[in-house]
Amino acid sequence: MKFGVVRFPGSCDDVDALQAAARVADAVLLWHADHHLQGVDAVVVPGGFSYGDYLRAGAIARFAPVMTEVEEFAREGGLVLGICNGFQVLCEAGLLPGALLPNVSLKFIFRQVDLEVVRSSGAFTGSCEVGERLSIPVKHTTGRYYAPDDQLDRLEAAGQVLLRYAAGHNPNGSLRDIAGVCNERGNVFGLMPHPEHAVDPLGGSTDGLRIFESMRAHVEQHVLA
Amino acid sequence: MRARVLVRPKAGILDPQGQAVERALPALGFDGVRNVHVGRLIELDVEDPSRLPEMCERLLTNPLIEDYEIEQ
Repeated sequence: MKFGVVRFPGSCDDVDALQAAARVADAVLLWHADHHLQGVDAVVVPGGFSYGDYLRAGAIARFAPVMTEVEEFAREGGLVLGICNGFQVLCEAGLLPGALLPNVSLKFIFRQVDLEVVRSSGAFTGSCEVGERLSIPVKHTTGRYYAPDDQLDRLEAAGQVLLRYAAGHNPNGSLRDIAGVCNERGNVFGLMPHPEHAVDPLGGSTDGLRIFESMRAHVEQHVLA
Repeated sequence: MRARVLVRPKAGILDPQGQAVERALPALGFDGVRNVHVGRLIELDVEDPSRLPEMCERLLTNPLIEDYEIEQ
């Protein structure tokens, strides 16, 4: 099982994501200007400020050469995880529903938050239990999840909301406390919190590993088996 | 041709930037101001203005969260 972590100009969490993935499987970096994915089994679009986040967060990165392959990979059912800026990129690319708006406080927020697992089946939270709490940090200025009301109803009904901020932990004004959503097919997932920063006891929590472990288990059971 | 694209947050979406400005104005004695919204102005020279709507839909704005108006 091999993870590929995309590196855009302006990515800053690519190395943390690479090291987090390397704790559970093989992991390589994918260059934004390349047109191939080096045979990886899952792609991580990491946090940072891709292409400076000029215009809107994620708006320009979605047109990076490598994104053509990432979109193709996603269409074929490959697992794609977007973290923070990666989540913004996947929303801008139309691979995930909704959009990320500036935090209600308009401030950069960097803190540990509790997340509640809404769904435990599937590729990204399969190793978690419903209702379980994960302690994972957020660090962003543009993390307020938004989608129109009727779309939010559909996402909830379809089980596409995988993670919520626990009561009192919503840091940015995200509608319905949504912290992470997946696409209809369940193979593309984006979240604002940073699981790759919660993988070592030294950092206070290893809960972020659960996401990477879930992905590995899914690939091993469904793709490589 | 010179064109201007006005970009606004969609009606009904919470606009904390507009709210911050609205709260700041009375502190300077500017009372009676309501419904402040902060958007973006994009100016550009364009050879084929008929392509502006597509530019707006694909890159200049995110139609899910923003409305736009093209001035030529």
